[in-house]
Amino acid sequence: MFPNVDWEIMLEETWQTIYMTLVAGGATFAFGLALGMILYVTNEPLMMKNRSIYTVVSAFVNVFRSIPFIILIILLIPFTKIVVGTILGSTAALPALIIGAAPFYARMVELALREIDRGVIEAAESMGATKWQIIYKVLFPEALPAIVSGITVTLVAIVGYTAMAGVVGGGGLGNLAFLDGFQRSRNDVTFVATVLILVIVFVIQFIGDRLVTRIDKRSA
Amino acid sequence: MIQLRNVAKWFDTKNGRVQAVDDVSLTIESGEIFGIIGYSGAGKSTLIRLLNRLESPSSGTIEVAGSELTKLSPKELRGVRKNVSMVFQHFNLLWSRTVAENISFPLELIGVPASERKRRVTELVELVGLAGREDSYPSQLSGGQKQRVGIARALATNPEVLLCDEATSALDPKTTDSILELLVDINKKLGLTIVLITHEMHVIQKICHRVAVMEAGKVVEIGQVADVFQHPEQPITKEFVKQIGAVDDMSLTFEHLKARYPSGQIVKLKFLNETAEQPILSDVLKTHDIGFNIIGGNVTQSQVGALGTLFIQLIGEPAEVERAIASIRSQAVEVEVENDVS
Repeated sequence: MFPNVDWEIMLEETWQTIYMTLVAGGATFAFGLALGMILYVTNEPLMMKNRSIYTVVSAFVNVFRSIPFIILIILLIPFTKIVVGTILGSTAALPALIIGAAPFYARMVELALREIDRGVIEAAESMGATKWQIIYKVLFPEALPAIVSGITVTLVAIVGYTAMAGVVGGGGLGNLAFLDGFQRSRNDVTFVATVLILVIVFVIQFIGDRLVTRIDKRSA
Repeated sequence: MIQLRNVAKWFDTKNGRVQAVDDVSLTIESGEIFGIIGYSGAGKSTLIRLLNRLESPSSGTIEVAGSELTKLSPKELRGVRKNVSMVFQHFNLLWSRTVAENISFPLELIGVPASERKRRVTELVELVGLAGREDSYPSQLSGGQKQRVGIARALATNPEVLLCDEATSALDPKTTDSILELLVDINKKLGLTIVLITHEMHVIQKICHRVAVMEAGKVVEIGQVADVFQHPEQPITKEFVKQIGAVDDMSLTFEHLKARYPSGQIVKLKFLNETAEQPILSDVLKTHDIGFNIIGGNVTQSQVGALGTLFIQLIGEPAEVERAIASIRSQAVEVEVENDVS
């Protein structure tokens, strides 16, 4: 049915895509959460409002969020060379994936935190909570449903980014679809690679939605 | 327990300075339920937030449970806050935590061990009448139940002072009453000093010992609830007293009554405390040869006993009516004689 598909290679590239998505996703979660938290607390009078820190971090986030991903990869080639040692393969795609996705996720985290009723923060303050206690006992757990749904959306975006990274030398299904499928006019390869990418996206979305339903206690 | 001296608080906004609290001095005694009433914007919310330093005063000094609030380091302030709890209008519970976990929250903050927290939560759930709901989430509770969680949470650290910031304003009348009863209950059981702000006179009348009336940032009237109810001085206080139907300024009504009851003597009796619980009227009527007719009245229960006003028409020989009035007076009931048509 798919005469040109080498299933072994297809499987291998699927794993490469999953590998890039998960590693970049994990790092994006960590950096994005930290950045988003910094954005929130430096812009919230009840926490540690600091105009200058907010402006700097916000500008940084905006710049990297605005650069089209395909251009970001090219811009980051020298940086990637220093950090990873090569610009080819799945691992070489990671710096660009993380730098592209973390600012995007940081804004989502900031929005999630802003959704928290300020009264709850005041209540914690009135009970003698330190700022740090407010962060990890109030802000993080209260925003967790939105933080999780945000990472779900971000992971889906990262899957898309991996495909673009594939075109300029990264590994994975995108690379396969482009080099083997498109450039050699093997439409069946492109088709199977696309279906596999869709499956990965659906699985991520499914798990994310299930998790959010489980942790969201805001509705009865 | 709480002493404010010349406290002022202003906010500088784009439209100029807003004076929220203007030179307020007052003392709140240990173990009393102290009410502050005022309309929105009167400054009462700012005032109560000064008491745990959610706001800092612009000038003046605030002493709570022996600590001068403005002189505390952040660490000392956190210590004081453990001792001065707050209950909020919109409950401000953590959605992500169960009832038990919400109540346990202030204890976690100060590092109370898990077993001790568990014991304390069980006690508190019992105290506020939420036994069996420990594992529910706030979204599964009614407004009244949420406020019970808020109160239990506030009591977790065994505070000496409980600040209630419009604690019943988001609740329906029936639920309000049950929450007020709970507050009186814990005031008695735990000897807690309670400061509450409200715009509902009903709340003051039902549970407060003393009341301060606020208008435009100033305390315009302060006193025992019974006194303020019987003899409101400021126009704003009179408005609040009218809110609960405690008829006070009756000049219009008297005109009306005179027209309708031309015979006999109309008198207005003011009941206070235990006098309302004794059969004064029937005693007097038994010993004097007069008839009577109840025209209208209003007697309500308050923290210090029954409070109220009763209008009656006394019918009989003028001399006998005079004697009857004198003997009602001798029973410590205030009597106002409002017409002389006989």
